[in-house]
Amino acid sequence: MSGGKKIYGLYNDDDILKQGASVLVNNGVNISTTYSPFPIHGIEKIIGMKWTRLAIVAFMFGITGTMLALLGMGYFMIMDWPMNIGGKPSFDLYQNLPAFIPVTFEFTVLCAAHCMAITYLIRNKTFPGSKARNPHPRTTDDHFAIEVLMDDNLKYSDDKIHMMLKETGTVETFEK
Amino acid sequence: MENQFEFSPRLKKISFGLMAVGIIALIIGVIGVFGAQGDEAHHIASNRLWSNILINGFFFFGLSIIGTFFLSIQYAAEAAWATTLKRILEAVSSYVPMGGVVLILVFAAGSLHFHHLYHWMDPEVFDVDSPKYDAIIAAKEAYLNLPFFWFRTLLYLGVWTFFTHRFRKRSLLEDQEGGTNLHFKNVRDAAIFLVFFGYTSSTASWDWIMSIDTHWYSTLFGWYVLSGMWISSLVVVSLLIIYLQSIGKLKSINANHMHDLGKWIFAISFLWTYLFFSQFMLIWYSNIPEETTYFIARITEYPILYWGMFASNFLVPMLFLMDRDNKRNKTFVVVVGLIVLIGHWMDTYLLITPGTMKDHSHIGFLEIGMALGFVGMFSYVVLNSLANRPLMVEKHPYLNESLHHEIH
Repeated sequence: MSGGKKIYGLYNDDDILKQGASVLVNNGVNISTTYSPFPIHGIEKIIGMKWTRLAIVAFMFGITGTMLALLGMGYFMIMDWPMNIGGKPSFDLYQNLPAFIPVTFEFTVLCAAHCMAITYLIRNKTFPGSKARNPHPRTTDDHFAIEVLMDDNLKYSDDKIHMMLKETGTVETFEK
Repeated sequence: MENQFEFSPRLKKISFGLMAVGIIALIIGVIGVFGAQGDEAHHIASNRLWSNILINGFFFFGLSIIGTFFLSIQYAAEAAWATTLKRILEAVSSYVPMGGVVLILVFAAGSLHFHHLYHWMDPEVFDVDSPKYDAIIAAKEAYLNLPFFWFRTLLYLGVWTFFTHRFRKRSLLEDQEGGTNLHFKNVRDAAIFLVFFGYTSSTASWDWIMSIDTHWYSTLFGWYVLSGMWISSLVVVSLLIIYLQSIGKLKSINANHMHDLGKWIFAISFLWTYLFFSQFMLIWYSNIPEETTYFIARITEYPILYWGMFASNFLVPMLFLMDRDNKRNKTFVVVVGLIVLIGHWMDTYLLITPGTMKDHSHIGFLEIGMALGFVGMFSYVVLNSLANRPLMVEKHPYLNESLHHEIH
């Protein structure tokens, strides 16, 4: 993300990448992320990825949806245009609550799902028309890349990182 | 010895102690029946006693047959993760024959008119000339009559016990034979059992429980009862595993398996709530007197129990098992599990007592003592069968995959 130099190691197998990542991490290299056409199981533990907080935000969006739906139902069906629901003209939100639960449930799911997807895209800075940011076109096809930020690895020189990456069986290493 | 559970004398003493409490409750109930003055009081005391045997008999039978049902799902889906839990599921289902005997006892007593839990078992309601004649029940005679009822009951209990026994027997056999031959036999049998259980779990709950409120009916009642038993069974399985791990057994069941069990508990609590609400909302909306009496009896006479069980069966698991870390935290699972278990016992109580005792029921020593007695009997049978065989299967084809089960 930062403006510093990034070094990539490109692999043609996800198992070799995993082993390589373990070796690098054991040597004290901070790996910022990896690029892969599919999820590599267990890689998040090796490179020490932080646990996502998307679930927490999803819960908050869900609760927001619940409250918005109840507020909306209360306004549309009770205040603005009082409805006789199921032959029980109580004109009271609490008394008519069972009729509003399905709507509230759907709206909770709608809010949580949509807002979570939108949050995810914003957090990853992926917008309509964005340019692809993967370092190599083949990481969406059959190759796998490790990304090392030089700002995070001040104790190593660029050449040393290149050398260490090559030792783990990369197809090639390159900088950006 | 890590793979072998020993039923220690201390645990045996606890189970026998609980059973003794149950027997004291039973004796108090019987004294209540014989000591009651007048027909009305006699009727209430006898219905209270038998209702309690039915509540606990059904609750523990239900959660043990779900052990077989859940095992069959894993077989039919060829799911690997639950292979390490297999012996626990089998142990829970080992109570099925015993639980069936208790149920048969209740139905036999009803058929012989020792109690009047089932209004339709009185032959006079079908008799046009009798003052007790009930046109609505008489119209159901083709289904609700004693010979057909007994045929169905024995069919359910017989077939369910047969499959339970078969899976348990093959499980030990597989440890010696290995290979995939027995496994695929299990897969086939599981598919047959699931189809049979899919229909009969519904009809069994109509016969045994819904027919108490003979005038009332609900099509999704069977699933409602099934989902309640299902979650109780999953909780019992989780509690058993956590107990066994606390005494240093079952090390190969790790946080990932517990996480998956937690997800099941969470999901089935939503299934139960969905069915609870669907049943309630349709009846509330259409507002037909024959149907609403069912809920009026429960909500007006037992409001604290009714909303209490709703809170403990829906809100508690929803709020406290939603988080990933909570599902992996044993303390959370034990506390939430116990609340849910008590909640579903209350649910079973409310399925039966408002129909059998109207507003005369309350939870006293008889109810609690009887429930504890059944806990003792259930745990004695289950722990005894756990101790009889190794805790972990040895040659199941999916064992290795299950040992390496890892989820996020």
